[in-house]
Amino acid sequence: MSRVTNYFKSLLLIELFKGMGLTMGYMFKPKYTVRYPMEHIPKSNRFRGLHALRRYANGEERCIACKLCEAVCPALAITIDSAPRPSDGQRRTTRYDIDLFKCIFCGFCEESCPVDSIVETHVHEYHFEHRGENVVTKAQLLAIGDRFEQDIAAARAQDAAYR
Amino acid sequence: MAEQLYDHVLIPILYILAIVLPLVIGVAMFVYWERKVIGWMHVRMGPNKIGPLGLLQAFADVVKLLIKEVILPTNANKFLYYLAPMLALVPALAAWAVIPFSPQVVLANVNAGVLYLLAMTSMGVYGIILAGWASNSRYALLGAMRATAQVISYELAMGMSIVCVLVLTGSLNLTAIVDAQAGSKGILDWFFIPLLPVFVIYFVSGVAETNRAPFDVAEGESEIVAGFHVEYSGSAFALFFLAEYANMILVSFLAAILFMGGWLSPFPASWAFVGHGGFHWLFIKAFLFAFMFLWFRASFPRYRYDQIMRLGWKVFIPITIVWVLVAGCMKYFGWVTIGTGA
Amino acid sequence: MNSDLLQLLCFYLFGGVAVIAALMVITLKNSVHAVLSLVLAFFSMACVWLLAEAEFLAIALVVVYVGAVMVLFLFVVMMLDIKQEAVREGFIRYLPVGIIVAVVMLVEMLAMIGVRAMSTHTLGPNPAGESNVAWLGQALYTQFLLPFEIAALILTVGIVAAVALTLRQRAGVRHQTAAQQVAVNASDRVRVVKMAVEHPASVSPAPVVEPPQENAP
Repeated sequence: MSRVTNYFKSLLLIELFKGMGLTMGYMFKPKYTVRYPMEHIPKSNRFRGLHALRRYANGEERCIACKLCEAVCPALAITIDSAPRPSDGQRRTTRYDIDLFKCIFCGFCEESCPVDSIVETHVHEYHFEHRGENVVTKAQLLAIGDRFEQDIAAARAQDAAYR
Repeated sequence: MAEQLYDHVLIPILYILAIVLPLVIGVAMFVYWERKVIGWMHVRMGPNKIGPLGLLQAFADVVKLLIKEVILPTNANKFLYYLAPMLALVPALAAWAVIPFSPQVVLANVNAGVLYLLAMTSMGVYGIILAGWASNSRYALLGAMRATAQVISYELAMGMSIVCVLVLTGSLNLTAIVDAQAGSKGILDWFFIPLLPVFVIYFVSGVAETNRAPFDVAEGESEIVAGFHVEYSGSAFALFFLAEYANMILVSFLAAILFMGGWLSPFPASWAFVGHGGFHWLFIKAFLFAFMFLWFRASFPRYRYDQIMRLGWKVFIPITIVWVLVAGCMKYFGWVTIGTGA
Repeated sequence: MNSDLLQLLCFYLFGGVAVIAALMVITLKNSVHAVLSLVLAFFSMACVWLLAEAEFLAIALVVVYVGAVMVLFLFVVMMLDIKQEAVREGFIRYLPVGIIVAVVMLVEMLAMIGVRAMSTHTLGPNPAGESNVAWLGQALYTQFLLPFEIAALILTVGIVAAVALTLRQRAGVRHQTAAQQVAVNASDRVRVVKMAVEHPASVSPAPVVEPPQENAP
């Protein structure tokens, strides 16, 4: 009996019409599309994007060249050289390079930093136009930090209770 | 002499342009509509950036295709490689010569119109098979073999289902076929009611003929990349694309003409205004059938190759043969009224 | 330029193309090109028949030969790995035999046409106003019904014979049966089993969170 009903079911294309009804129903549903450049989905305050080096409020750079980030980096993306600063003899970095091609945006550098110097910002839209631009230097990182200091500080403040 | 030249050369060329140019633009808009509809059915938006509502997307794609380089693969057969896209397109466009748009508007009102259509659709295979062979690529050859076997198989089912219409009409002329469906009852006089099974088979075979989803194993991007046109780029690829979509629109128009009363109105003739036939009805019907192509594509997963062959040979052809007999009985015993006159 | 002259010109054009294409079939090195020339020859002949107002025959030639038979030929030729030079080797050697066969065929054909022309048993001319196809159909299904049915029977026997020849069933080969595969439902393949939640019998090292009691006060 079930063979007969199956036969007529397949002959009358019932299952196909069911499927077509389903797609027709979805045709008129509201769309999930986010029109990306104009619309953004909300980002977590823990979002890990482009890196930045922060400064204290008085303009002094935070980084003390402890090289913890360099040590913890699983992708070996960070390269740091350090020397006493000529003006006051403080230990500072002379070179702080992040190779963004190697970086996996794991956030370990941020976690390991004792002075909250190296951070990852919310910026995820960036590009390189020439070979070698993937290596971001200390000056560039500081500039990014200066530019997005407000966002960075706000994100850190939101997350402070859980650290 | 000059007058003859005018009558026999210039006027026909203008007529041909009057069909082909709207067809090409229609193909462009159909591609846009396809992407839009499939997008909606996927709960996406579809193209909406270029032009208002993305309407110019198809034209942007055409320009992109035309300015791209046509790449000739190594050891490809140059002559056949360039000939194949034209062989695919020419029958697809030539078939439009006998399509009647309204009682008077037809380029060539030939008596053997349906036969001519069958001849033209069977010619389209050459473009596919030569493209596959001349590309010197395994994927292309496999795709061409699949496409050809499929087209030849489903042509039989398609031809047999058209035979049912011919049995009821008693004519091979497309205008006569539409006239035979005229009657006082509107939609109830059309052939799709006595011929419902073959009508479904005709349209599904049409989907298979044009190598569209769910019968698009010839493209089968998961196995053979893109089938017979995998090596084609730029304008050569555009010709294949144009041929495929022109064929889809042709099948839609034919389904409307053969089974759905062509330009006749679905409402009884006694109704004011909507009861009158006109080419707009034909376009509405063809549009609905063209929409079905997209609907199928958004709904169904791809058939496996041996299942396609089974469906064509073991299901469709027997049903159509039986229904040819049934249609003969209908005609002989007068079970259906044909051509009662508008 | 009257229409008769135009028709004559078209006849010579299509006939010339047909002859050239037929010559190319036997002279071209590439066998795929040769098959395509044969297609062109068929097509030109169809055009010539159209000029002779045999539209049904012409289109049937295109549908059957150009659209189906030659495609299968093309299939076969494409699949073959023919050394193109080797094909040409015996051309001169077999030329006399070929010419003899061709001459015999020509004589036979002319003789047949001559005999047919002498006999008065021919169909009447196409009645004016009736379509060529309808006229042919009338003749086939009334006057020539028996030969037509016999031809159909012979073709059917041919199909059955071809199927029977290729239908080999070897033992030990597993086939997919598409009909069975298509008819399968989800319920035939997957069985969803409902089971009660199981709890560990005794206290285990890991702390077990007791489910809330429904009847608890």
